[in-house]
Amino acid sequence: MAAKKSIRSESGKVRRVIVVGGGLAGLTTVIKLCEAGVPVDVFSLVPVKRSHSVCAQGGINASVNTKGEGDSPQVHLEETVYGGDFLANQPPVRGMTEAAPGIVFMLDRMGVTFNRTPEGLLDFRRFGGTLFHRTAFAGATTGQQLLYALDEQVRRFETINVEDDQGVGIPGERMVRKFEFWDFLSLVLDDSGIARGIVAQDLKSMEIKAFSGDAVCLATGGPGIVFGRSTNSVINTGTAAAAVYQQGACYANGEFIQVHPTAIPGADKLRLISESARGEGGRVWVPRDTKEKRPGRDVPENERDYFLEEKYPGYKNLVPRDIASRELFKKCFHDKRGIFNRRSEKNENEVYLDVTHIPKDTLRKKLAGILEIYEKFVGEDPYENPMRVFPAVHYSMGGLWVDFERNAAGSLVVGSPRNQATNIAGLYAAGEVDYQYHGANRLGANSLLSCIWSGMVAGPAIATYVRNLNKSSYDLPTSMLEKAEQRELAKYEAILKMDGSENPYQVHAELGEMLLVDCTIERHNSTLDGVLAKLEDLTDRANKVNVLDTSSRSNQPAQFTRHLFNMLSLARVIAQGARNRDESRGAHFKPDFPDRNDAEWLRTTLALHKPGDDNHHGIHYARSLDYELGGQRVHVTDEVDISLVKPRPRKYEQAGAASTILSEAKQPQSPSAKVAPKVELR
Amino acid sequence: MSEKKVRLKIRRQDSADARGTKRWEEFEVPWKPQMNVISALMEIQKNPVTASGSKTTPVVWEASCLEEVCGACTMVVNGKVRQSCTALVDQLAPSGQTITLEPMSKFPLVRDLIVDRSRMFEALKRVHAWIEVDGSHELGPGPRQSQENQEEAYPLSRCMTCGCCLEACPQINDSSDFIGPHAISQVRLFNLHPSGKLHAKSRLETLMGDGGIGDCGKAMNCQEVCPKEIPLVDSIAVVSREVTKQMLFGWLLK
Repeated sequence: MAAKKSIRSESGKVRRVIVVGGGLAGLTTVIKLCEAGVPVDVFSLVPVKRSHSVCAQGGINASVNTKGEGDSPQVHLEETVYGGDFLANQPPVRGMTEAAPGIVFMLDRMGVTFNRTPEGLLDFRRFGGTLFHRTAFAGATTGQQLLYALDEQVRRFETINVEDDQGVGIPGERMVRKFEFWDFLSLVLDDSGIARGIVAQDLKSMEIKAFSGDAVCLATGGPGIVFGRSTNSVINTGTAAAAVYQQGACYANGEFIQVHPTAIPGADKLRLISESARGEGGRVWVPRDTKEKRPGRDVPENERDYFLEEKYPGYKNLVPRDIASRELFKKCFHDKRGIFNRRSEKNENEVYLDVTHIPKDTLRKKLAGILEIYEKFVGEDPYENPMRVFPAVHYSMGGLWVDFERNAAGSLVVGSPRNQATNIAGLYAAGEVDYQYHGANRLGANSLLSCIWSGMVAGPAIATYVRNLNKSSYDLPTSMLEKAEQRELAKYEAILKMDGSENPYQVHAELGEMLLVDCTIERHNSTLDGVLAKLEDLTDRANKVNVLDTSSRSNQPAQFTRHLFNMLSLARVIAQGARNRDESRGAHFKPDFPDRNDAEWLRTTLALHKPGDDNHHGIHYARSLDYELGGQRVHVTDEVDISLVKPRPRKYEQAGAASTILSEAKQPQSPSAKVAPKVELR
Repeated sequence: MSEKKVRLKIRRQDSADARGTKRWEEFEVPWKPQMNVISALMEIQKNPVTASGSKTTPVVWEASCLEEVCGACTMVVNGKVRQSCTALVDQLAPSGQTITLEPMSKFPLVRDLIVDRSRMFEALKRVHAWIEVDGSHELGPGPRQSQENQEEAYPLSRCMTCGCCLEACPQINDSSDFIGPHAISQVRLFNLHPSGKLHAKSRLETLMGDGGIGDCGKAMNCQEVCPKEIPLVDSIAVVSREVTKQMLFGWLLK
């Protein structure tokens, strides 16, 4: 039995684990594995320091209660669950909110340049869905600073040798090996369907190669690029998640796509203007006069419609994103009251996000990063002029289904191999690619937290799984790897031979435009039927593309064509999930079914790929899942664990409504709370 | 009236070895409002045909965030090294001038506009650009820091490893091993941190000798091209002083 726990396989190879993706979740998983003595191979599309986590701006939530407002992890749990419209399993959320202060302290020790209070403590600001100052931040580039801190720690492990069972360093075997500019193609599965490694492609030489790993963790982020333009980085095509979904992994709650209320429209990308702008006091408005011709700064106060503040006196501009986005959309699309453009003589789909009343010194210290983006891309000074913004696709609450093991107290059993485990044994998922923490709508500044927390859970879970593994992947016949490699090679060669008339980038642009219009803020069954039909057309056209480039060096069009097929597969999961769910919950809103329907729909959407099903794309929506882990059969259903906070309707009109333990006396001492109406107690 | 066009002239090469494929290709793509160089390159992907009408492969380049925070899309635009995402077409070519794109010249070429910047990440290893934490487990709050300290450190922590400073530095050339301004500035950053300071000496030692801080020629181009306006000249001066102190008096301070 000792051999099982050895660092080497029976054949003498150093046993490693594969982590795909080097954002916050992936890097945290790597650090946790290294600390547990497990060597790691990291695969990433880009140098990990350029991962999409770098784009996060506003901050990371942790109920440290520095401002003495009475905040606590329990309130954070309640507000997260309420903000997510009760679709999240609650024990993992509790684990996350309890761990949050420790996570922020860890990041501080790693050297993140968090903003400080005069006393030298961490400063915190407000964010959506709460009245508390709960968000730690480093200017308005918090994701960048967090990613760099973890990147630095992982780089350190790149210089440290693996130790053998006697604690002696093995020359040439580093704890971390990086494979940057590599594209994940698929899992290597053994005869019993256990993940034993991956096949990946070197994006410079285009070499396709299979790698062994005793476990695989996907930390590959969200699928924003499925929607064409979004706030996401161009690498976020969801290709890895789509690939493992097609190999049998369950994809959960795919229909829940967060649209962020405030972004700058652009031809290549919709650039985010962080919620922290409103957290620091920024206000959203449109002119009361729909034909207002003056520039925003010249419109007097009493001629401005602060529509969020008026409708939601409790949380004002900091209502959760699903609500804010719907209100902005309604203002512009239905009421035609977007900002009037003198040149086009139209009411554009834009509203003002105004920070000009905030002292410039405060703006420079706390928001410079985002204001700089606005200035560089729009060419207007946001210190002097209200910014013009509109909603944009931002985040996927849905993702690969992952398990958890709860303890009696309703939190997580850390180290359980079930945590963050997908239904494919040996495959784990962490970060935005998992579905676990945000229910139907994510609160701002909870994503950096959930990325790091899920990595902190995935690391120990994988270490336990690997320790208990009966046979190391490194002791299996190499024919298994060769077979997988050949399979992917054949697929790639087929792509290189595609010489049809369609352009893959054009097909993608049409996919994005369609989903953006018909499958985001407001969803109608009739249009969704159209979307599903059009997806068939687009898939047919994708099968007729011309690969545009057949060379064997940095062949981006061939890679993109592969991603296009995977995006189409995820688009189907998203659209069909939206079509099926006849209710409105969080980010999923159907005007024809305006209410949340807990009786029928308080459940997780579990999508499984079933090729050859009646359905052309073969999606099977399951009510339960059975999977095997370490010789044990695990049975789970689509029921949501609501054991900690009982579901109730969301009412952000009332201050403090998001948490039942808030009483008037305990309300945070923020100006907004002082004028707030009475709080309803449970 | 003919549609407004954006004219691009792009330096291409199939790989570092394939010198014979080095060439200029010109393109004309439809203009769009708020257009940047990236969206012009995306138009070429949708219709990979040169201005003279011959079919070609789409131009390849590195990109990720498209909001100048990841550092991926650095290239030489109209002779100036910068990120191509913030390179706005209307500013570069207000009256339809041709926009020239080239790969950075100080790094090995991969293909077209893609170069290999791994030397920058290796440099970060060499200077121990990290805090020596005892572990990621709970150890309570980090050390207190003044607001002034944070305001000095924060700008330094925004370095994207994008390569602009190396491209502009005359000391980065075939006959020098100069580590580059970015790594020196990182030494300053980590030596500022209360726990980072505990290992300041060993970081300074990595900058002594060949390729170290002494190879800086004080041209000061680095700061001028830094897209994040990191005070690199300052950093080099500060670290240089510390290195000199360490070299002269290090044996006394032991």
